[in-house]
Amino acid sequence: MLESHGSWYRKGLHDGIPIGLGYLAVSFTLGIAAQVSGLTAPQATLMSLLNNTSAGEFAALGIIAAGAPYVEMAFTQAVINLRYLLMSCALSQKIAPETPFWQRLLMGYTVTDEIFAISAAVPKRLDPFYCLGAISVAAPGWALGTCLGIVLGNALPGRVVSALSVALYGMFLAVIVPPARKNRVIAGVVVLSMLLSALFAWLPGLCALSSGTRIIILTVLIAGAAALKFPIVEDETHAA
Amino acid sequence: MQRSVYVYILVMAVVTYLIRVLPLTLIRREIKNQTIRSFLFYMPYVTLAVMTFPAILTATATPVSAVAGLAVAGVLAWRNASLFQVACAACAAVFVVEWIVA
Repeated sequence: MLESHGSWYRKGLHDGIPIGLGYLAVSFTLGIAAQVSGLTAPQATLMSLLNNTSAGEFAALGIIAAGAPYVEMAFTQAVINLRYLLMSCALSQKIAPETPFWQRLLMGYTVTDEIFAISAAVPKRLDPFYCLGAISVAAPGWALGTCLGIVLGNALPGRVVSALSVALYGMFLAVIVPPARKNRVIAGVVVLSMLLSALFAWLPGLCALSSGTRIIILTVLIAGAAALKFPIVEDETHAA
Repeated sequence: MQRSVYVYILVMAVVTYLIRVLPLTLIRREIKNQTIRSFLFYMPYVTLAVMTFPAILTATATPVSAVAGLAVAGVLAWRNASLFQVACAACAAVFVVEWIVA
């Protein structure tokens, strides 16, 4: 081990700051929606603290407002959040095989789109404490934003919300562009993914699919095709 | 039947946590299969690219500012700027463009 858990944790805290700020903005909107659905501030804050998932929570609000069966809630969340299963599979190969069980349990709480993104960008081995550092800033941002959205309503100027929301996408780009520049297969995969994603989002018929379903279908298709056509040789896993 | 909001929250929290934690706890050794390794290697790039585009276009008040944010983030990322710098620059670009346009 070259680096201590402490330094990994601090690195995660640092990289988690833009995530926390972005979450603050996005969850503000979630809070406003939660209030419309009849949730109280403690309920919505608790929901955000325990779930840390945008699409899943927005869907949950509809289910709660409709008074649907609990089974329906469980099923909807499983479908919408299925992408985390794929992310978690990838992360399981990025941490050291000897990582203790309790660290794996804690790390499970940290798997969000954005923390997965920065974790995937870590060169070589990932230490779970990096993810824990990031979630230490991100989760409070997400919960606080939800709470403020309920309590204050539309208090943040729209321009600030707009600007902060884009931070999350900026981070995704910071993760995928540099490896794409170095590796032509990754570059092709990224361009194809964006094109097909746009196609799925805009074409009549296909646009009926939820974004969660779209992410899973395209991930399996494109990453699967790339894996079959351009299997990696061992060095590459650690190079990118 | 009157259902409790807290039970709903508990149900979703348990389901979501299980999805996140199961692969991390069940897959405890290195996968040797080259195809699966390759899939997991390409997977983050596909997922993140799909999540970024076209969603970024509707994340701001107007597509004009979104395109500005996208362009600035793309160029800085291409030049290997840090995650933090890319995120902040994208925010700044959106803020400035919306300030000019509005």
